[in-house]
Amino acid sequence: MKHKIRKIFRSPLFLVGFGIFMLMLLMVLIYPLINPGNPLQSIGLGNFARPGTYVSLYDSVGSQRSVLRLPEADSKRVASLLGQEDRVKMAYWLDVTGKDIEGLNINDTEALLSAWKTHYDGKERPAGMTKADRNFYERLNKRLVAASNAPALSLSETDPASGETVEKGSIGKDDYVNISAVANVKTLPLGTDNFGRDVLKELVSAAGTSLVIGLIAGTVATLIGLWLGLLAGYLGGWVDDVIMFFTNIFTVIPGFVLLILISYSIGQDQRGATTVAVVIGLTSWVWTARSVRSQVISLRNRDHVNLSKLSGHSVLRIIWRDILPYILSYVIMAFILQVSSGILAEAQLSLLGLGPKTTEVPTLGLMMNWAMLYSAHLNGSWWAYFPVIMVIALISFSLNLMNTGLDQVFNPQLRS
Amino acid sequence: MKGYRKYFTKKIVWFMVTFAAALVLNFFLPRLMPADPVAAITGRLASGMTDATAVSRIYKQYQAEFGTDKPLMQQFFTFLGNLTRGDLGTSFSQYPRKVTDILGSAIWWTVFLQLPAILVGWLLGNVLGALAAYIRKGFDKVLLPLTLFLSNIPAFGMAVILLVVFAVNLKWAPISGGYAFDMIPNASFDFMRSVIQHYHLPFWSIVLISIGGQAIGMRSMSIYELNADYVKYARFLGIKDRKIVRYVFRNAMLPQVTGLALSIGTMIGGALVAEIIFNYPGLGTTMYRAVTMADYPLISATTLIITVMVLLSAFLLDILYAFIDPRVKAAQIN
Repeated sequence: MKHKIRKIFRSPLFLVGFGIFMLMLLMVLIYPLINPGNPLQSIGLGNFARPGTYVSLYDSVGSQRSVLRLPEADSKRVASLLGQEDRVKMAYWLDVTGKDIEGLNINDTEALLSAWKTHYDGKERPAGMTKADRNFYERLNKRLVAASNAPALSLSETDPASGETVEKGSIGKDDYVNISAVANVKTLPLGTDNFGRDVLKELVSAAGTSLVIGLIAGTVATLIGLWLGLLAGYLGGWVDDVIMFFTNIFTVIPGFVLLILISYSIGQDQRGATTVAVVIGLTSWVWTARSVRSQVISLRNRDHVNLSKLSGHSVLRIIWRDILPYILSYVIMAFILQVSSGILAEAQLSLLGLGPKTTEVPTLGLMMNWAMLYSAHLNGSWWAYFPVIMVIALISFSLNLMNTGLDQVFNPQLRS
Repeated sequence: MKGYRKYFTKKIVWFMVTFAAALVLNFFLPRLMPADPVAAITGRLASGMTDATAVSRIYKQYQAEFGTDKPLMQQFFTFLGNLTRGDLGTSFSQYPRKVTDILGSAIWWTVFLQLPAILVGWLLGNVLGALAAYIRKGFDKVLLPLTLFLSNIPAFGMAVILLVVFAVNLKWAPISGGYAFDMIPNASFDFMRSVIQHYHLPFWSIVLISIGGQAIGMRSMSIYELNADYVKYARFLGIKDRKIVRYVFRNAMLPQVTGLALSIGTMIGGALVAEIIFNYPGLGTTMYRAVTMADYPLISATTLIITVMVLLSAFLLDILYAFIDPRVKAAQIN
């Protein structure tokens, strides 16, 4: 046994899988300690805030200011105002009015602006351009002029007594605030989702829940499959016939369909994460049962089992002492696969709208479902769905790597 | 043909038995659940209603519509009777359309999407797996982890990634549906072109998913066969490598056919969810709509159709297997 374990930990495939899995597990366990709080709390109003660091505008106004004169500040400010569409439209105006824009790169802000400043004339009427179009260019020009002049913004406050607006100060374009002096700064590494929840916090919690779902489903499936397989294989006879009859039926009837039928019938209110996990386990024991049975059949006439029988040991004892140890490696491998397919099953079920109740805990499938419902994939909010897909893929990748590694240790023919 | 008769009869009997079991499960499972589906539907429809008699009238009407006020066995025979007449009930969400009418169009979209995709994925996967086993070394080292990772991206995940990259960003393919939204299905050339444009992304997402698993299976089967005694013996005899490899891969393919027969249910399940992402007008999307609209007759009919599809494809693969593996025939004659 010790030898086998040492061998397992020398298999590179197993080690890589184990490492990834442990990393995920550590993340699930440790991250909530660093960033405590309810993962389902909405912190953002409106949906899908981009990933990044958010600085309180209100607090930064009152913070200690320093004046920095940075050479590129002006062009950066203007560049940030110009979207890709604006740039294309500017080039279009220059082109339509017959200005020389040979070799102009619209992503070169400086060149584009200088061409614009020298050539733009609000009175010109390019052919085929409507009044609305001309107004658009006028507004764009106004914005650009304002951005490059950057007049100081005045801060004012309404006096509660008189109702008068009193100027309190002004913000110049060279005023800077040290980010550490601002009281409220929040980094959202993965932004927020459609409900304004912190995606990273939710993702970590969801990964935890999904792992638990996978573990419960895997345990239920393995226990059922193991017992049915042992009984069918060891007892044989009519017990074997009955068990194999049902096993064969459930091999062909897709578990996925049973899962949908049962989940729908249970109803949204009764579907907690645990219930869903148990139902997944109940519909996926077939493979374990089949293979345990065939292994037991090859074992049950071995000498040591016969010896045990002659010694008058009970059936349970024979199964426990003389058969289980031989098929243990196999059962563990099957369990690992069950865990990973359980996680996947939950995700698919949730995407169909049959996942766990939405109000208690997030799961990977539910996060995916919400992201799809709110069209995160169509409006460019990659942070709401891509990390979820990657976490699902990484969990099952690591479990499968571990499984392949174990397979190579226990079936030496696969190595060479 | 003589040797096959017994095998086929056995397979057909099994098919009938599993079909019967599927029917029983499809009918009894939802009815054995503690929750009353009729009550759940009434609850959704009557939410906000304060008049208790009105609510109970709705409940009574649905009870009559489903026949849930009658004893369970009688309901089952009514269900079977309706089934033989091809009647799977009336849809709730698309009242008064018949369920068979809705599924009649959806099923072909699913069949024509999934059948070629799974076959192509299976073939590509097997070729890659065999190559990985034969060439080993660097090819194996790079390809194995890559395919392993690829095969672990869930089908819906692959669908989303392809959709975002090729439809939203690169605009090479349309975003959703099975044909352009302003068209009515007909036999014209324009319509076919639109269908093909919409076909690509769902097709490739299913292919990419199925490649991984098949390649890994084929690789280990081939390695197993390459180490078999008959290969060593053939090498001793001086038979050319190319000829040996042909035998090896033929033998390694056989379990892959069985593997496909057994895993086809899971594959179809995954592909159905991928359909939802593309809003493809097949069974997956129909099921999704049915679930969101609480359209009970439609859900139950869809699950039944999917089960039958899986059963049929497994059955056909079994038949095919008999023809490609002569041992099956030999076993039946003896």
